[in-house]
Amino acid sequence: MSKGTATVSATADAPVFYLKDEHDHAEGGSTMFGFWIYLMSDCLIFAVLFATYGVLGGNYAAGPAPKDLFDLPLVAINTSMLLFSSITYGFAMLAMAKGKVGATQGWLALTGLFGAAFICIELYEFAHMIHEGATPQRSAFLSSFFTLVGTHGLHVTIGLIWLVTLMVQVARYGLIQANMRRLMCLSMFWHFLDVIWIGVFTFVYLMGMLR
Amino acid sequence: MSTKAKAGHDDHHHDEGHAHGSLQSYLIGFGLSVVLTAVPFWLVMTGVLDSKQTTGLIIMAFAVIQIVVHMIFFLHMNVRSENGWTMMALIFTLVLVIITLTGSLWVMYHLDTNMMPAMDMSQMP
Repeated sequence: MSKGTATVSATADAPVFYLKDEHDHAEGGSTMFGFWIYLMSDCLIFAVLFATYGVLGGNYAAGPAPKDLFDLPLVAINTSMLLFSSITYGFAMLAMAKGKVGATQGWLALTGLFGAAFICIELYEFAHMIHEGATPQRSAFLSSFFTLVGTHGLHVTIGLIWLVTLMVQVARYGLIQANMRRLMCLSMFWHFLDVIWIGVFTFVYLMGMLR
Repeated sequence: MSTKAKAGHDDHHHDEGHAHGSLQSYLIGFGLSVVLTAVPFWLVMTGVLDSKQTTGLIIMAFAVIQIVVHMIFFLHMNVRSENGWTMMALIFTLVLVIITLTGSLWVMYHLDTNMMPAMDMSQMP
Protein backbone atom coordinates (compact mmCIF):
# COMPACT_ATOMS: atom_id res chain seq x y z
CA MET A 1 0.00 0.00 0.00
CA SER A 2 2.67 2.49 1.01
CA LYS A 3 4.76 1.64 -2.05
CA GLY A 4 1.88 2.49 -4.37
CA THR A 5 1.28 5.83 -2.73
CA ALA A 6 4.95 6.70 -2.92
CA THR A 7 5.19 6.11 -6.69
CA VAL A 8 2.03 8.09 -7.36
CA SER A 9 3.20 11.15 -5.46
CA ALA A 10 6.67 10.95 -6.99
CA THR A 11 5.63 10.73 -10.66
CA ALA A 12 2.64 13.05 -10.80
CA ASP A 13 3.16 16.80 -11.07
CA ALA A 14 -0.28 17.72 -9.83
CA PRO A 15 -1.29 16.14 -6.54
CA VAL A 16 -3.35 13.01 -6.99
CA PHE A 17 -5.44 11.90 -4.11
CA TYR A 18 -6.26 8.39 -5.21
CA LEU A 19 -4.35 5.31 -6.27
CA LYS A 20 -4.10 5.39 -10.05
CA ASP A 21 -3.43 1.73 -10.62
CA GLU A 22 -4.81 -0.48 -7.93
CA HIS A 23 -2.53 -3.49 -7.80
CA ASP A 24 -4.49 -6.71 -8.00
CA HIS A 25 -4.96 -8.62 -4.79
CA ALA A 26 -4.34 -12.33 -4.90
CA GLU A 27 -7.49 -14.37 -4.52
CA GLY A 28 -8.19 -14.87 -0.85
CA GLY A 29 -5.31 -12.59 0.12
CA SER A 30 -7.29 -11.13 3.01
CA THR A 31 -9.04 -14.35 4.06
CA MET A 32 -6.63 -15.16 6.85
CA PHE A 33 -6.96 -11.74 8.45
CA GLY A 34 -10.73 -11.80 8.05
CA PHE A 35 -10.86 -15.19 9.72
CA TRP A 36 -8.69 -13.88 12.53
CA ILE A 37 -11.23 -11.09 13.10
CA TYR A 38 -13.95 -13.75 13.26
CA LEU A 39 -11.95 -15.67 15.86
CA MET A 40 -11.57 -12.51 17.92
CA SER A 41 -15.34 -11.98 17.89
CA ASP A 42 -15.77 -15.61 18.88
CA CYS A 43 -13.35 -14.93 21.70
CA LEU A 44 -15.73 -12.21 22.94
CA ILE A 45 -18.62 -14.70 22.96
CA PHE A 46 -16.58 -16.98 25.19
CA ALA A 47 -15.52 -14.05 27.37
CA VAL A 48 -19.18 -13.28 28.05
CA LEU A 49 -19.90 -16.95 28.82
CA PHE A 50 -16.88 -17.11 31.14
CA ALA A 51 -18.08 -13.95 32.90
CA THR A 52 -21.55 -15.48 33.28
CA TYR A 53 -20.06 -18.62 34.76
CA GLY A 54 -17.81 -16.56 37.02
CA VAL A 55 -20.83 -14.69 38.40
CA LEU A 56 -23.27 -17.62 38.64
CA GLY A 57 -20.79 -20.47 39.23
CA GLY A 58 -21.23 -20.38 42.99
CA ASN A 59 -25.04 -20.50 43.05
CA TYR A 60 -25.78 -24.18 43.57
CA ALA A 61 -29.38 -23.69 44.74
CA ALA A 62 -28.76 -26.44 47.32
CA GLY A 63 -27.94 -28.72 44.39
CA PRO A 64 -24.73 -30.52 43.47
CA ALA A 65 -21.46 -28.58 43.60
CA PRO A 66 -18.43 -29.05 41.30
CA LYS A 67 -16.85 -31.38 43.86
CA ASP A 68 -19.82 -33.75 43.61
CA LEU A 69 -19.91 -33.76 39.82
CA PHE A 70 -16.51 -33.31 38.22
CA ASP A 71 -14.31 -36.29 37.49
CA LEU A 72 -10.81 -34.84 37.12
CA PRO A 73 -9.12 -37.92 35.56
CA LEU A 74 -11.79 -37.85 32.84
CA VAL A 75 -11.18 -34.14 32.27
CA ALA A 76 -7.43 -34.81 32.10
CA ILE A 77 -8.01 -37.45 29.39
CA ASN A 78 -10.28 -35.02 27.56
CA THR A 79 -7.66 -32.28 27.74
CA SER A 80 -4.96 -34.59 26.39
CA MET A 81 -7.25 -35.58 23.49
CA LEU A 82 -7.59 -31.95 22.46
CA LEU A 83 -3.88 -31.32 22.94
CA PHE A 84 -2.97 -34.35 20.81
CA SER A 85 -5.39 -33.21 18.12
CA SER A 86 -3.65 -29.82 18.11
CA ILE A 87 -0.21 -31.29 17.49
CA THR A 88 -1.50 -33.71 14.83
CA TYR A 89 -3.16 -30.79 13.05
CA GLY A 90 0.18 -29.03 13.20
CA PHE A 91 1.79 -32.07 11.53
CA ALA A 92 -0.94 -31.98 8.88
CA MET A 93 -0.02 -28.36 8.13
CA LEU A 94 3.66 -29.30 7.85
CA ALA A 95 2.77 -32.13 5.44
CA MET A 96 0.60 -29.70 3.50
CA ALA A 97 3.46 -27.21 3.20
CA LYS A 98 5.55 -30.00 1.63
CA GLY A 99 2.69 -30.84 -0.76
CA LYS A 100 2.23 -34.41 0.52
CA VAL A 101 -1.46 -35.20 0.00
CA GLY A 102 -1.39 -38.65 1.64
CA ALA A 103 0.41 -37.52 4.78
CA THR A 104 -1.85 -34.47 5.08
CA GLN A 105 -4.96 -36.63 4.85
CA GLY A 106 -3.53 -39.11 7.36
CA TRP A 107 -2.77 -36.46 9.96
CA LEU A 108 -6.14 -34.80 9.36
CA ALA A 109 -7.88 -38.13 9.93
CA LEU A 110 -5.94 -38.62 13.17
CA THR A 111 -6.91 -35.08 14.24
CA GLY A 112 -10.53 -35.94 13.51
CA LEU A 113 -10.31 -39.10 15.62
CA PHE A 114 -8.87 -37.20 18.59
CA GLY A 115 -11.54 -34.53 18.17
CA ALA A 116 -14.28 -37.16 17.99
CA ALA A 117 -12.88 -38.82 21.13
CA PHE A 118 -13.02 -35.46 22.89
CA ILE A 119 -16.67 -34.99 21.92
CA CYS A 120 -17.57 -38.54 22.95
CA ILE A 121 -15.96 -38.15 26.38
CA GLU A 122 -17.69 -34.81 26.86
CA LEU A 123 -21.08 -36.25 25.86
CA TYR A 124 -20.49 -39.17 28.24
CA GLU A 125 -19.71 -36.70 31.02
CA PHE A 126 -22.83 -34.65 30.26
CA ALA A 127 -25.02 -37.76 30.09
CA HIS A 128 -23.60 -38.96 33.41
CA MET A 129 -24.32 -35.62 35.05
CA ILE A 130 -27.85 -35.42 33.65
CA HIS A 131 -28.46 -38.99 34.77
CA GLU A 132 -27.52 -37.95 38.32
CA GLY A 133 -30.08 -35.14 38.17
CA ALA A 134 -27.53 -32.39 37.49
CA THR A 135 -29.43 -30.98 34.53
CA PRO A 136 -29.05 -27.41 33.20
CA GLN A 137 -32.33 -26.53 34.93
CA ARG A 138 -31.07 -27.62 38.36
CA SER A 139 -29.16 -24.45 39.38
CA ALA A 140 -27.58 -21.28 38.02
CA PHE A 141 -24.20 -22.98 38.35
CA LEU A 142 -25.29 -25.86 36.12
CA SER A 143 -27.03 -23.56 33.61
CA SER A 144 -23.88 -21.50 33.12
CA PHE A 145 -21.68 -24.62 33.14
CA PHE A 146 -23.63 -26.37 30.39
CA THR A 147 -23.81 -23.16 28.33
CA LEU A 148 -20.07 -22.51 28.51
CA VAL A 149 -18.79 -26.06 28.06
CA GLY A 150 -21.58 -26.91 25.62
CA THR A 151 -20.78 -23.92 23.40
CA HIS A 152 -17.16 -25.05 23.27
CA GLY A 153 -18.26 -28.60 22.45
CA LEU A 154 -20.51 -27.27 19.70
CA HIS A 155 -17.55 -25.40 18.22
CA VAL A 156 -15.47 -28.58 18.23
CA THR A 157 -18.34 -30.48 16.57
CA ILE A 158 -18.59 -27.86 13.82
CA GLY A 159 -14.81 -28.02 13.48
CA LEU A 160 -15.09 -31.79 12.96
CA ILE A 161 -17.73 -31.36 10.25
CA TRP A 162 -15.49 -28.77 8.61
CA LEU A 163 -12.52 -31.15 8.87
CA VAL A 164 -14.37 -33.98 7.13
CA THR A 165 -15.57 -31.55 4.42
CA LEU A 166 -12.02 -30.40 3.78
CA MET A 167 -10.73 -33.99 3.66
CA VAL A 168 -13.28 -34.71 0.93
CA GLN A 169 -12.22 -31.52 -0.86
CA VAL A 170 -8.54 -32.45 -0.68
CA ALA A 171 -9.30 -35.99 -1.86
CA ARG A 172 -11.19 -34.60 -4.87
CA TYR A 173 -9.12 -31.60 -5.91
CA GLY A 174 -5.78 -32.14 -4.19
CA LEU A 175 -3.80 -29.47 -2.38
CA ILE A 176 -4.81 -26.54 -4.57
CA GLN A 177 -4.38 -22.97 -3.38
CA ALA A 178 -8.00 -22.67 -2.22
CA ASN A 179 -7.85 -25.90 -0.23
CA MET A 180 -4.60 -24.87 1.43
CA ARG A 181 -6.18 -21.58 2.43
CA ARG A 182 -9.19 -23.40 3.88
CA LEU A 183 -6.96 -25.80 5.78
CA MET A 184 -5.05 -22.86 7.26
CA CYS A 185 -8.32 -21.27 8.39
CA LEU A 186 -9.40 -24.50 10.05
CA SER A 187 -5.95 -24.74 11.63
CA MET A 188 -6.46 -21.37 13.30
CA PHE A 189 -9.98 -22.37 14.35
CA TRP A 190 -8.79 -25.67 15.83
CA HIS A 191 -5.87 -24.17 17.77
CA PHE A 192 -8.16 -21.37 18.95
CA LEU A 193 -10.58 -23.95 20.41
CA ASP A 194 -7.68 -25.53 22.26
CA VAL A 195 -6.82 -22.11 23.70
CA ILE A 196 -10.42 -21.71 24.90
CA TRP A 197 -10.26 -25.18 26.47
CA ILE A 198 -7.25 -24.09 28.55
CA GLY A 199 -9.55 -21.48 30.08
CA VAL A 200 -12.33 -24.04 30.57
CA PHE A 201 -10.30 -26.72 32.33
CA THR A 202 -8.51 -24.19 34.53
CA PHE A 203 -11.36 -21.86 35.38
CA VAL A 204 -14.27 -24.33 35.45
CA TYR A 205 -12.88 -27.73 36.38
CA LEU A 206 -9.71 -27.12 38.41
CA MET A 207 -10.94 -23.97 40.16
CA GLY A 208 -14.29 -25.68 40.72
CA MET A 209 -12.61 -28.53 42.57
CA LEU A 210 -10.74 -26.02 44.74
CA ARG A 211 -13.92 -24.27 45.83
CA MET B 1 -2.77 -15.62 -15.27
CA SER B 2 -1.22 -18.07 -12.91
CA THR B 3 2.18 -16.38 -13.02
CA LYS B 4 0.57 -13.03 -12.43
CA ALA B 5 -1.37 -14.35 -9.48
CA LYS B 6 1.81 -15.93 -8.18
CA ALA B 7 3.68 -12.63 -8.50
CA GLY B 8 0.84 -10.84 -6.77
CA HIS B 9 1.02 -13.37 -3.99
CA ASP B 10 4.74 -12.97 -3.60
CA ASP B 11 4.29 -9.22 -3.46
CA HIS B 12 1.98 -9.64 -0.49
CA HIS B 13 4.33 -11.46 1.72
CA HIS B 14 2.89 -9.86 4.81
CA ASP B 15 0.66 -12.88 5.37
CA GLU B 16 3.62 -15.08 6.16
CA GLY B 17 2.80 -14.58 9.81
CA HIS B 18 0.28 -17.38 9.36
CA ALA B 19 2.94 -19.63 7.90
CA HIS B 20 3.01 -23.27 8.77
CA GLY B 21 5.70 -23.07 11.42
CA SER B 22 8.32 -25.77 11.70
CA LEU B 23 8.41 -29.23 13.19
CA GLN B 24 10.68 -27.92 15.91
CA SER B 25 8.34 -25.10 16.92
CA TYR B 26 5.34 -27.46 17.05
CA LEU B 27 7.25 -29.94 19.21
CA ILE B 28 8.48 -27.22 21.57
CA GLY B 29 4.94 -25.89 21.86
CA PHE B 30 3.55 -29.36 22.49
CA GLY B 31 6.18 -30.18 25.11
CA LEU B 32 5.56 -26.94 26.95
CA SER B 33 1.78 -27.47 26.76
CA VAL B 34 2.03 -30.97 28.24
CA VAL B 35 4.04 -29.67 31.20
CA LEU B 36 1.80 -26.61 31.65
CA THR B 37 -1.30 -28.85 31.62
CA ALA B 38 0.07 -31.67 33.77
CA VAL B 39 1.34 -29.50 36.63
CA PRO B 40 -2.01 -27.76 37.39
CA PHE B 41 -3.87 -31.11 37.25
CA TRP B 42 -1.26 -32.67 39.53
CA LEU B 43 -1.50 -29.75 41.97
CA VAL B 44 -5.28 -29.97 42.23
CA MET B 45 -5.64 -33.77 42.15
CA THR B 46 -3.03 -34.47 44.81
CA GLY B 47 -3.60 -31.29 46.83
CA VAL B 48 0.12 -30.91 47.48
CA LEU B 49 -0.23 -27.31 48.58
CA ASP B 50 -2.24 -26.75 51.71
CA SER B 51 -3.46 -23.31 50.71
CA LYS B 52 -6.26 -23.43 48.14
CA GLN B 53 -5.69 -19.78 47.32
CA THR B 54 -2.03 -20.39 46.43
CA THR B 55 -2.99 -23.39 44.30
CA GLY B 56 -5.64 -21.29 42.54
CA LEU B 57 -3.21 -18.49 41.77
CA ILE B 58 -0.58 -20.94 40.49
CA ILE B 59 -2.96 -22.76 38.14
CA MET B 60 -4.28 -19.41 36.83
CA ALA B 61 -0.69 -18.34 36.12
CA PHE B 62 -0.01 -21.66 34.34
CA ALA B 63 -3.16 -21.16 32.21
CA VAL B 64 -2.05 -17.68 31.15
CA ILE B 65 1.43 -18.97 30.25
CA GLN B 66 -0.05 -21.88 28.30
CA ILE B 67 -2.35 -19.56 26.35
CA VAL B 68 0.69 -17.47 25.37
CA VAL B 69 2.57 -20.66 24.39
CA HIS B 70 -0.33 -21.77 22.18
CA MET B 71 -0.56 -18.32 20.61
CA ILE B 72 3.13 -18.29 19.69
CA PHE B 73 3.82 -21.92 18.75
CA PHE B 74 0.46 -23.11 17.37
CA LEU B 75 -1.27 -19.95 16.12
CA HIS B 76 2.08 -18.42 15.02
CA MET B 77 1.28 -15.00 16.45
CA ASN B 78 3.86 -12.31 15.89
CA VAL B 79 3.92 -8.55 15.46
CA ARG B 80 4.76 -8.75 11.74
CA SER B 81 1.79 -10.65 10.28
CA GLU B 82 -0.60 -8.44 8.28
CA ASN B 83 1.61 -5.45 9.11
CA GLY B 84 0.82 -5.89 12.77
CA TRP B 85 -2.96 -5.72 12.41
CA THR B 86 -3.38 -9.27 13.68
CA MET B 87 -1.67 -8.24 16.89
CA MET B 88 -3.71 -5.03 17.05
CA ALA B 89 -6.96 -7.00 16.74
CA LEU B 90 -5.75 -9.39 19.45
CA ILE B 91 -4.79 -6.60 21.85
CA PHE B 92 -8.12 -4.86 21.28
CA THR B 93 -9.98 -8.11 21.93
CA LEU B 94 -7.95 -8.80 25.06
CA VAL B 95 -8.81 -5.33 26.42
CA LEU B 96 -12.50 -6.04 25.84
CA VAL B 97 -12.18 -9.50 27.40
CA ILE B 98 -10.48 -8.11 30.50
CA ILE B 99 -13.10 -5.35 30.85
CA THR B 100 -15.92 -7.92 30.46
CA LEU B 101 -14.48 -10.40 32.95
CA THR B 102 -13.21 -8.09 35.66
CA GLY B 103 -16.16 -5.73 35.27
CA SER B 104 -18.75 -8.48 35.56
CA LEU B 105 -17.08 -10.20 38.50
CA TRP B 106 -16.35 -6.96 40.35
CA VAL B 107 -19.80 -5.42 39.91
CA MET B 108 -21.72 -8.60 40.62
CA TYR B 109 -19.59 -9.42 43.67
CA HIS B 110 -20.30 -6.02 45.21
CA LEU B 111 -23.94 -6.21 44.24
CA ASP B 112 -24.09 -9.50 46.09
CA THR B 113 -22.42 -8.28 49.28
CA ASN B 114 -24.32 -4.97 49.36
CA MET B 115 -27.65 -6.65 48.86
CA MET B 116 -30.14 -6.44 51.69
CA PRO B 117 -30.25 -9.63 53.70
CA ALA B 118 -32.63 -12.15 52.22
CA MET B 119 -36.00 -12.18 53.87
CA ASP B 120 -36.55 -15.31 55.86
CA MET B 121 -39.97 -16.50 54.78
CA SER B 122 -40.28 -18.89 57.72
CA GLN B 123 -40.40 -15.86 60.08
CA MET B 124 -43.39 -14.43 58.27
CA PRO B 125 -46.72 -14.56 60.09
